[in-house]
Amino acid sequence: MMNVLPLGLHIPEPQPCFGRADVSGSHLSDAGRVPRPAVDVEAREIRHLAYDLIRVLDGDGRAVGPWSGACTADQLRSGLRAMLKTRAYDARMTMMQRQRKTSFYMQCTGEEAIACGSLTALQAGDMNFPTYRQQGLLIAQDWPVVDMMCQVLSNEKDRMKGRQLPVFYSAREAGFFSISGNLATQYVQAVGWAMASAMRGEGRVAAAWIGEGATAENDFHAALVFASVYRPPVILNVVNNQWAISTAQSVAGGEGATFAARALGYGIPALRVDGNDYLAVHAAACWAVERARRNFGPTLIEWVTYRAAPHSTSDDPSKYRAQEDQAAWPLGDPIERLKDHLIGRGAWSEPRHVQLKAELDEEIAVAAKEAQSYGTLMEGTKCSPASMFDDVYKQMPTHLREQRQELGF
Amino acid sequence: MPSLTMIEAVRDAMDVMMARDDRVVAFGQDVGRFGGVFRCTDGLQGKYGASRCFDTPISESGIVGIAVGMGAYGLRPVAEIQFADYMYPAYDQIVSEAARLRFRSAGEFSAPIVVRMPCGGGIFGAQTHSQSPEALFTHVAGLKTVIPSNPYDAKGLLIAAIEDDDPVVFLEPKRIYNGPFDGHHDRPIVPWSKHELSETPQGHYTVPIGEAVVRREGSEVSVLAYGTMVHVAEAARRSVGIDAEIIDLRSLVPLDIDTIVRSVTKTGRCLIVHEATRTSGFGAELSALVQERCFYHLETPVVRVTGWDTPYPHAQEWDYFPGPNRVGRALMRLMEA
Repeated sequence: MMNVLPLGLHIPEPQPCFGRADVSGSHLSDAGRVPRPAVDVEAREIRHLAYDLIRVLDGDGRAVGPWSGACTADQLRSGLRAMLKTRAYDARMTMMQRQRKTSFYMQCTGEEAIACGSLTALQAGDMNFPTYRQQGLLIAQDWPVVDMMCQVLSNEKDRMKGRQLPVFYSAREAGFFSISGNLATQYVQAVGWAMASAMRGEGRVAAAWIGEGATAENDFHAALVFASVYRPPVILNVVNNQWAISTAQSVAGGEGATFAARALGYGIPALRVDGNDYLAVHAAACWAVERARRNFGPTLIEWVTYRAAPHSTSDDPSKYRAQEDQAAWPLGDPIERLKDHLIGRGAWSEPRHVQLKAELDEEIAVAAKEAQSYGTLMEGTKCSPASMFDDVYKQMPTHLREQRQELGF
Repeated sequence: MPSLTMIEAVRDAMDVMMARDDRVVAFGQDVGRFGGVFRCTDGLQGKYGASRCFDTPISESGIVGIAVGMGAYGLRPVAEIQFADYMYPAYDQIVSEAARLRFRSAGEFSAPIVVRMPCGGGIFGAQTHSQSPEALFTHVAGLKTVIPSNPYDAKGLLIAAIEDDDPVVFLEPKRIYNGPFDGHHDRPIVPWSKHELSETPQGHYTVPIGEAVVRREGSEVSVLAYGTMVHVAEAARRSVGIDAEIIDLRSLVPLDIDTIVRSVTKTGRCLIVHEATRTSGFGAELSALVQERCFYHLETPVVRVTGWDTPYPHAQEWDYFPGPNRVGRALMRLMEA
């Protein structure tokens, strides 16, 4: 039988951001309204959490509801400092890229709460399998920024010996797995790492990180199926910042379902969380990590946020999204929101905020000066070309030794 | 010394290593309860438990991806891909991840994994169960690629691969899983138990990765072969009566260049035999190497006998597979040149 109507494809178009400053849209829940289940809950009992949005901070900056937890003022000030430092770092490194001191840089502006807040739930010995937009995981634990900068500048002190793209850090000691440029590969590796932890009975937790665009990759689904079968201690983070370079989240399948809901078909508990709400991030990450640590298995968390900055220094967002979308981050600035909350609690003030920001800008500027003194991509000393033959294998085989000699070393 | 088939030798290697080192784990599709479609892991789950030897979802990328994560954690995973033909979904994990992890992290992380996969044709597997993808691995920096031709080497090489700190692709020529190819396609396979190379010591021993072996000494022509083709070369040598030196490469990366150069320098002639398609196959690398290093010793051009540049056929597999007749004709042509 012939169709009477002509067939046509649905080609998703970027929609204006969910209500912009208005947070009453269909996929946004009011702060404090989403219940907090026990960590041993079955996935099927909390299916709605894959569609709701866990939020703690209300419009007036008050912490409300069952996820509000009991963060001390010190913990929150520490989180605020980490986010401010991350933003200062991003600004300085973006500037250095513009000054041609490196080839490339990627900011996480607007998403600082996700990495900085999640880190507080993890312990030494746990392992993150990050993307290139979780620099907050390092900065929040006070990993030396000079070390990070040297990697970005590919200078003689770059621990990656000038082999990796800028921002592709690796810091085993900091629980930060080497970054791959091939999307989603790290997701299934995190599951394998967590399986190994469980096999050894060592109680370490893995945190897998992915952007919403990369959930279209095969390895995202492979990771979910392995995580659902073996139930290892892994947190499956999906950072939905609305944009995969210029491709809107709807093209990754975000129009018909939330990314958190991907987990439901695998029987994995899922949370959908306001990623610009530091308190919500901290609470949700703690919930998932406790689940993992107590052997209740994986949790998938969709962090709803907005990539306020370009994808990278090679990107021009004005080509594909409206200026007003960029200006009005739909869930607000995570730094401003936490600042307002702390001020409301009487634990912070505008002058102290201005002072801290100035101190951190200065700290980053001093670090940048030191890092540049070791060289930049374009100037100064770099790792010897002879070193590119190292670490291909544990022991250098004959043919590489010969090729190194051919290069003149 | 017991006589083992290559399947038994592969299993014995895993058994020895799982008993010695509790970091060694084996997994893949059908690997656990069933013991693998070729039965290479038969009995290991019963002996070591389901957390050491287990079935996985059918997801090659997932199988190798979790192996990379486990290896980075500190385990020694042995992942099975049911047929080499199915490794393509896992290719990214093998070549972009396992192979480069040590380099990209400047030695901070590594993936000491073994990816086992049955390869090659001769079992009427058509184009989805017969491929020889070794060149797709040998082109990749950071991988080691080995392929045994007999049970002794299979066991020793697999133990060496599991102990190796680098990722190793372990190709198992399924045509000779149960016995060596006798060179006559209308006869059944000769069981390994009638063959000298099936004498396999018990317990732990290794065949070093990166060392070829002169399987048959000769003075007239050097034949470079690996896997099933070592037996084809031997059958051809016998049938045409040429004093060929047969070198079983065993390890393609790292390659034992010295043994090859020594042999070709001595004989002045070189025949390369492999089952994989010819264009950009590993034979091209061998041929270039011989030309670069042995040119002034060569009396004739290097000759390749390989699979054709077509997908592997089903009903015509005996015309595809480089058999002793084709190899024998090439040997005679080399001697006449």
